[in-house]
Amino acid sequence: MTPGTEPMIGAVGGASGGGARGGAALLRPRTMGYALLVPGLVLAALLVAPPFLSGFLLTLLTQALIYAILAMSLDIVLGYTGLASLGHAAYLGLGAYAVAILTTRHGAGFWVTLVAGILLAAAAAAVFGLVALRATGVYFLMITMALGMVAWGLAHRWVSLTQGDNGISSVPRPTGLPVSLAGAVPFYYFALIAFVLAFWFLRTVVRSPFGRTLVGIRESESRMRTLGYHVWLHKYLGFVIAGGVGGFAGVFWGYYNGFVSPSDLELATSVEILLMVALGGRGTLVGPAIGAGIIVLLKNLVSVYTQRWLLILGAVYIGTIVYAPEGIVGAVREWHASTRRNRT
Amino acid sequence: MEFLVNQTFNGVTYGALLFLLAGGLSLIFGMMRIVNMTHGSYYLLGGYVALTVMWGGGHYLLAVVVGALVIALIGIVEWNSFLKRLSGQELGQVLTTMGFALIFQDLALMIWGGDPYIIPIPAMLSGSVSTGPFTFPIYRIFMVAVAAFIASVLWLVLERTRIGAMMRATVDDPEMARGVGINVFLISMAVFSLGASLAALAGVVAGGFVGVYPGADFEILPYAFVVVIVGGMGSLKGALIGSLMVGLLDNFGKALFPELSYFTLFAPMAAILAVRPTGLFGRA
Repeated sequence: MTPGTEPMIGAVGGASGGGARGGAALLRPRTMGYALLVPGLVLAALLVAPPFLSGFLLTLLTQALIYAILAMSLDIVLGYTGLASLGHAAYLGLGAYAVAILTTRHGAGFWVTLVAGILLAAAAAAVFGLVALRATGVYFLMITMALGMVAWGLAHRWVSLTQGDNGISSVPRPTGLPVSLAGAVPFYYFALIAFVLAFWFLRTVVRSPFGRTLVGIRESESRMRTLGYHVWLHKYLGFVIAGGVGGFAGVFWGYYNGFVSPSDLELATSVEILLMVALGGRGTLVGPAIGAGIIVLLKNLVSVYTQRWLLILGAVYIGTIVYAPEGIVGAVREWHASTRRNRT
Repeated sequence: MEFLVNQTFNGVTYGALLFLLAGGLSLIFGMMRIVNMTHGSYYLLGGYVALTVMWGGGHYLLAVVVGALVIALIGIVEWNSFLKRLSGQELGQVLTTMGFALIFQDLALMIWGGDPYIIPIPAMLSGSVSTGPFTFPIYRIFMVAVAAFIASVLWLVLERTRIGAMMRATVDDPEMARGVGINVFLISMAVFSLGASLAALAGVVAGGFVGVYPGADFEILPYAFVVVIVGGMGSLKGALIGSLMVGLLDNFGKALFPELSYFTLFAPMAAILAVRPTGLFGRA
């Protein structure tokens, strides 16, 4: 490794790492208040939203919630561990294909597909991690990309299982549950429950000693090793957890879309998930969720008005890195810090 | 036997094309550690620019040169205005270059539309030669010749000239290179534009037999990355051997195990990486 490539995310860790809890003791009550108030308000807004939204916006919001799960799961690897993975779409695809194949061929109910999707994605991550985690930095990025392409290649070519480029269509809505999820509104609440569960689970993970260790590894791998931590095992478990939660998102994506195709696993999708995390703010959970919401809404709303939405999306990619390298959450924090400085 | 010879021939010629595309990418990687998602776009745009030159009545050679130069210029602008500031930031590089790739994709669609085109090739390169039971298209032999020529020139420049020594020094240790008075900025820019123009050359050559069409950029990009990963970043020898390996694996995989063809390409690669994370000839 050349010296220039080492610090990457680590260099900015102070701002993106511990979050609100890192502040001085004096400020704690206020930030604590925010920490409860804002998510509470957002959740309340999401709960009462359906009657105020058109059918189109409601399905977009559902999509945003599912992608938010995916983006948050990637952030375990990217933001918390400091490894840029370029193959995360594989887990989305594996979860979605598990749903599509099990429901259309075997008439499986929701719980079977849920367990299968998560296990399949976690198992893939367990294999991928063995190869990818031997490397860091650019090499890690390249290897995860290639592994993601393996999954894409299988979806694309293993026609007898996946129906190749045609994809698998007419995936039914979840069955085997006490309520019917045929309508858009029940399915929205279904996705909202999934989102809240995933958020709660990932928050538990990142706040646990395990999660703090991941951040420590991001900041300085050698120091953590000297302190006696099993660095590889922590990275590996983080990688597998991210894959499993990615598969969880994939299960809901399969049901939401009713259609699964290799494009769910392609490289562009993996990069898009990276963009969601970077745009929102890596090293946080709220950031990727916000980023996912913005990108999903932007993609779908802009494409209604213009055919040239790829130009706009491309500009968002570049603009994010130029103007908000720490993402929206990072920018808000900086603004907060500067107003606080001005006051004192 | 016939199957073996034909598939080997196709694999080697595809490998030659991949070398043109990935040789430059490998140098860029080795020197600047830039993850360049735009590399496939250079390939696509090179083909389109050459096509436009030929539509305007230009000769094939002129089209090749103009294509390579225009793309080199685009590469210089992109590197100079954005990428050089992002050294060491993989995420920033991926997202910025992906942004450019999307913009180029959309601009190409705007300018050249969605129809596929074949770049017309000179009469002397069309047709085929036969030896015994085998028939080889001349154009594919020409591809191998071009790749061999470029490989030798690159090797000579890198190993036998002063500029090549500066490049190798910059790959090894940019800081020390700067310290002994090498203009790392200029060298980096030159290598970046060289890589871009080689990708454009690959696009023009490929345009003669698979054509130029929307989506070719993201189709070829993973192959270029795989070659670089397998061969090792920054190694010319690695890029050459990696290209041949990927070309052969891809052809035999698609012919023998059509359902698992990408798997047969990527699985050996994963095996290599499990043993040597920096690729066959790469250094950490």
